[in-house]
Amino acid sequence: MAPGIFSKLFGGSSRQGVEDDAVPGEKVIRRSTGFGEFIRAISREQDLKVLDLGSTSPANITFMTGLGHRFHQGDLLRFAHDKSLVVPNGDAGTTLDVERFMRENLNFAREEFDAVMFWDLADFLPELLVAPVIERIHYAMKPSGIMLAFFHTKDNGPDAPFYRYNIVAKDTLELQPVRGFRLQRVYQNRQVENLFRDYASIKFFLGRDNIREMLIIR
Amino acid sequence: MWKRKEDEYGSSPDPVPSSSPATATPSAPARPAEPARSEQLRSSEVATIGKSVVVKGELSGSEDLVVDGEVEGSITLRGQTLTVGPNGRVRANIEARNVILHGRVDGDILASDRVDLRKSASLAGNIATARISIEDGAFFKGGIDIQKAEPGAKTEPKPQVAAAASTLVPGSLSSQPTLLESKKM
Repeated sequence: MAPGIFSKLFGGSSRQGVEDDAVPGEKVIRRSTGFGEFIRAISREQDLKVLDLGSTSPANITFMTGLGHRFHQGDLLRFAHDKSLVVPNGDAGTTLDVERFMRENLNFAREEFDAVMFWDLADFLPELLVAPVIERIHYAMKPSGIMLAFFHTKDNGPDAPFYRYNIVAKDTLELQPVRGFRLQRVYQNRQVENLFRDYASIKFFLGRDNIREMLIIR
Repeated sequence: MWKRKEDEYGSSPDPVPSSSPATATPSAPARPAEPARSEQLRSSEVATIGKSVVVKGELSGSEDLVVDGEVEGSITLRGQTLTVGPNGRVRANIEARNVILHGRVDGDILASDRVDLRKSASLAGNIATARISIEDGAFFKGGIDIQKAEPGAKTEPKPQVAAAASTLVPGSLSSQPTLLESKKM
């Protein structure tokens, strides 16, 4: 196995699948160029409205309010796996109530946010939710607003645990394992560009640990 | 239904100091000492809504309150501390001086001093407060508006509530400029 940090994190060191509710418990500190650029961008102004769609992180709230920004916590993935979202689809099968999910979790005003921390949620959200969520974020972001997103480049399936990203410093993140979620897919570059086709620009930061970091401008 | 009991969740971050001595002096008459004694007892007690109690409507008061049951409606305890216990389920907008959550709240919180989300807490709603502390493990969905101290407002330094809590922003509530604006001044 490659010695890089993300190789360790996403490269199959887990002993059991997420279904067993077991993930490695260690936190890892990681420098992030994409995150550093994101912070640089939102540090130029104050009183911005920042949306964090990851898991609840006291560190992130402290950091963002410390910069003088207003903060909104989303925790999308938790609600995306709410069993009550599963509804019959009329063919004796089931589907997700996407409309309800959007209404209850992304019911934001148009152009409400200056910055969004999307982390690597696209790789973990149910397929049906990914495109609608990204469309809704576009609706809720201000023009020229900035979004931070991570995408895996290697599919490690259940061995790729989900992490809560805690801000440690302006270019450093702490990755904290969170139980119960598994990597759903890996997007190719073209697919990522297609997901964000309505946005003004995408800037890639190629990581050495099977992660692409992206800054997306609305 | 309504019980009085000792503060088992540590609901008062700032216990009100007794203004009277704990014991009466030998020379003092027995009767006059009683009010001071009961006042002292009252200061260390809080009203409690037990875990089997369901309340629907408007709750307001001028003493600390622990909710370990269910409340739906609104809670207004200006200048006091509201504690939602581990069994507490609140679907209400809350206004108080301090709000300490161990249980679940769906609603907005306006706290003139501080909000503490302990590790078992779950909050879906917006927070407007001067200081906030969120323990690792707490769940929160909503917006946070940290509000600045009123100019000249007297704020007492307080210890961080829990070692695990990692967020603490000083200040106090007002409808005046935000923390950000204060930095601009």
